[in-house]
Amino acid sequence: MPTLETTFAGIPCLNPFWLASAPPTNCGEQVMRAFDAGWGGAVWKTIGEPITNVSSRYSSIDWNGQRMMGLNNIELISDRPIEVNLREISEVKRRYPKHVVIASLMVESKRDAWHEIVQRAEDAGADGLELNFGCPHGMSERGMGSAVGQVPEYCGQITEWVKEKAGTPVIIKLTPNVTDIRMPARAAKQAGADALSAINTLNSITGIDLDTLEPRPNVDGRSSHGGYCGPAVKPIALNMVQQVMSDEQAALPMSAIGGIGSWQDAAEFMLLGAGTVQVCTAVMHYGYRIVEDMADGLLAWMRQKGYESPDDFRGLSLPRVTDWKHLNLNYKIVARIHEDKCIGCGLCYIACWDGAHQCIHVDRTLPAPDTSRTPDIVAAESARRISTTPIPKLDLNGVGETGPYPTPLARIPRVDEHECVGCNLCSLVCPVPDCITMERVDNGQSPETWEERVNAGVATESMADAGNPNL
Amino acid sequence: MSEPTNFFEQAPDAPEIAARFPDLHPPFNKTVALTEANRCLYCFDAPCTAACPTHIDVPRFIKKIASGNMDGSAKTILDANILGASCARACPVAVLCEGACVMHRYNRQPIAIARLQRFAMDSLYESGALLPFSSGADTGKSVALIGGGPASLACAAELRRRGIRAEIFDAQPLPGGLNTYGIAEYKLPLAESLREIDMLAQLGVQFHFDVTVDAKMLGELEASHDAVFLGLGLGAIHKLGIVGESLAGVTNALDYIADYKSGKITSAPAHVAVIGAGNTAIDAANAAARLGASEVHIVYRRGPEQMSAFAYEYENSKLEGVRFLWHTQPVSINGNGIVESLRLAKLDDSLLPKPEEDFDIPVDLVILAIGQSTHTEFLADDNIKLDHGRILIDRATGQTSNPKYFSGGDCTNSGREVVDAVADGKRAGVGIAAWLEEQHANA
Repeated sequence: MPTLETTFAGIPCLNPFWLASAPPTNCGEQVMRAFDAGWGGAVWKTIGEPITNVSSRYSSIDWNGQRMMGLNNIELISDRPIEVNLREISEVKRRYPKHVVIASLMVESKRDAWHEIVQRAEDAGADGLELNFGCPHGMSERGMGSAVGQVPEYCGQITEWVKEKAGTPVIIKLTPNVTDIRMPARAAKQAGADALSAINTLNSITGIDLDTLEPRPNVDGRSSHGGYCGPAVKPIALNMVQQVMSDEQAALPMSAIGGIGSWQDAAEFMLLGAGTVQVCTAVMHYGYRIVEDMADGLLAWMRQKGYESPDDFRGLSLPRVTDWKHLNLNYKIVARIHEDKCIGCGLCYIACWDGAHQCIHVDRTLPAPDTSRTPDIVAAESARRISTTPIPKLDLNGVGETGPYPTPLARIPRVDEHECVGCNLCSLVCPVPDCITMERVDNGQSPETWEERVNAGVATESMADAGNPNL
Repeated sequence: MSEPTNFFEQAPDAPEIAARFPDLHPPFNKTVALTEANRCLYCFDAPCTAACPTHIDVPRFIKKIASGNMDGSAKTILDANILGASCARACPVAVLCEGACVMHRYNRQPIAIARLQRFAMDSLYESGALLPFSSGADTGKSVALIGGGPASLACAAELRRRGIRAEIFDAQPLPGGLNTYGIAEYKLPLAESLREIDMLAQLGVQFHFDVTVDAKMLGELEASHDAVFLGLGLGAIHKLGIVGESLAGVTNALDYIADYKSGKITSAPAHVAVIGAGNTAIDAANAAARLGASEVHIVYRRGPEQMSAFAYEYENSKLEGVRFLWHTQPVSINGNGIVESLRLAKLDDSLLPKPEEDFDIPVDLVILAIGQSTHTEFLADDNIKLDHGRILIDRATGQTSNPKYFSGGDCTNSGREVVDAVADGKRAGVGIAAWLEEQHANA
């Protein structure tokens, strides 16, 4: 039986699922309920000098009827006194000694202030410390949060101060609001950090109310940029985690954050090197209960794959992410439409014509293939057709021929394989699973990368056209 | 003379009818409409649009609902189908747009196109906005339209948008033809048909009511107008030609439906028999059941496989409590001044009565629904070519054998759906405008 137990920067973990420092870890009562639900750890809502919050604080992006595909907040760190937070950490650790409690900390950039808060958090029983160098709104205006994370020197300096005092592992939480996340990560590593967590939220304005012209979230007619998170940011987080984990000077045990809400999300981050994952938005959306399937699903996948513990697959996909110049230019795939699955929606057709390379056609019932008919011509033909309501008695033969597939042959698009560049777009827009597959074409050419071409003198760096599949 | 507004207010107030004929398909609220709209795949060259006789750009109007552009959604519908509100309720969508939806092949429910269309049109009404079109600059041309049903209304709208005067002459006191008087109230209430025509009247269509156009008047109209559109519809329902047909208590489906819709009938007697098994027969039978009949029979000489009613209408009718007597034919209607019973014969496969198998059922009301005759006798011989009473037209333009005459709807196709009549009228409106333009150019 596989296990989810793991060790992160020396901290034993029941499972890799932690709650991120955020509203779900605001107080001890919440964290204990979360542990009861199955969470292996919690990073406490950032502790520091109590702040005053505004209302409202959140706004979100809905997409095609789905709620909260992206969440934005302008809430600050904990608004509760430091001693209350620390007392509750002690209480939680006393009652849940095997669960991980990480104290997230943020104080002003003074050595004494950091020494003091580190001492107090460890005295309270925290298993580790996460330094919040990421909060992008409000706190950054006061010289904290991302104001630190965006300057590698500050990042390194404070990490050093904390390491002078800390007896537990120190995790640096990185901001994505930088041009290259590896720089602050390197600074943290050089300063002696034990681990990293990434990403914090992205600067964002989620939208403008078109009735009032006020931005969201509305605070008395005004708003401020907030921090963006949720499913929308996952690809950005995956990239940044990969960048750090592939960089020898930056890589440390990584607690990944960013749009994680399912076991698949967790597995993907772990395949890129994450030791634990942190979740916030999905819990704010659905509650602590989601962890049950995260654990259950991940275990099932591990069983299927034959992995005994997260150590068995951590980082396995990392070597497969590489620079573009190392990709095989001679790898050729083309789209194949499985006629028996096609429902005739035409989305691949219009996507290929307007968004790709004009190599899908609706000409199967024409006397000969016709690649010159544009979508406008096709639509105009339909508009000219006179349709009537089919009435069984008047229209004996029904609505016309259908062909050998469930969808009339005339509506099933055809891929011109010679022109297809293998971009994937049609298979991405197709609503039917496995209806359009991308299939390898054996072109008899051995693998060759751009770098190899340059090295062989076949191409020069400046030859912009070479390797361009459109030419 | 013409008093275009306000037809809606002239709808008879019949609370009993409203109570007995609530919406078969209740309207969507905003949440449901948005969810459903987002389910639409936004097909390219969408089969739903192709299946619609008026070619409403269905994915476009649905995506406008999803984006919150309600005015644009209604305009998209009306641009293709000026009677989009009534078609949303009256269309047999299962064999049209929704029947063509690609979702069927994905093992899912089709998009609820009709209810989304109604949602868009209801939103337009609620916003109080006017019809999102205006009439074109006056060309000085005029067209007389005979009959005020869907074909003429659609034709008139196209003409007005092109600056051509449109005068409708109708035999009824209210406009709309079968759209107003002939569609089951739980699908399309009479008042809703009138509300829609009120919008159309904003385009400047002129109406003349209670006018039955005869050959003489038609000649005058031809002389005084640049073209004539014949939107005559069909004539009376066929007679059975059996004993007892003139007894009190024998009526026909069209009169019966018109009478209950306009509140002249608010209850039905206990035993009702409807002769025929088309969609109109089903509407009449369902109406009798809803009006309080304890037993409603549909009598049909063939079996369920041959009936012309749509399958979903048959299924719904069974739910309404209607019983079907298949392979059965009326022999005589019996009673003393008033209908008391119906003698029926069982038929064999060649539609011949089986001997010794006649039987009686008690009836208080017999409703005939065995098809309509044509209504084209008054058209002068050879002036306009007919085929079995049906006016022959060029499908693309609606033009008849007499170039000044155009036609569309039931009088040309022997009786199809509202949306078919709208499509005919629309093509004819465009056809008339093009023909007038051509005449002008040649002059």
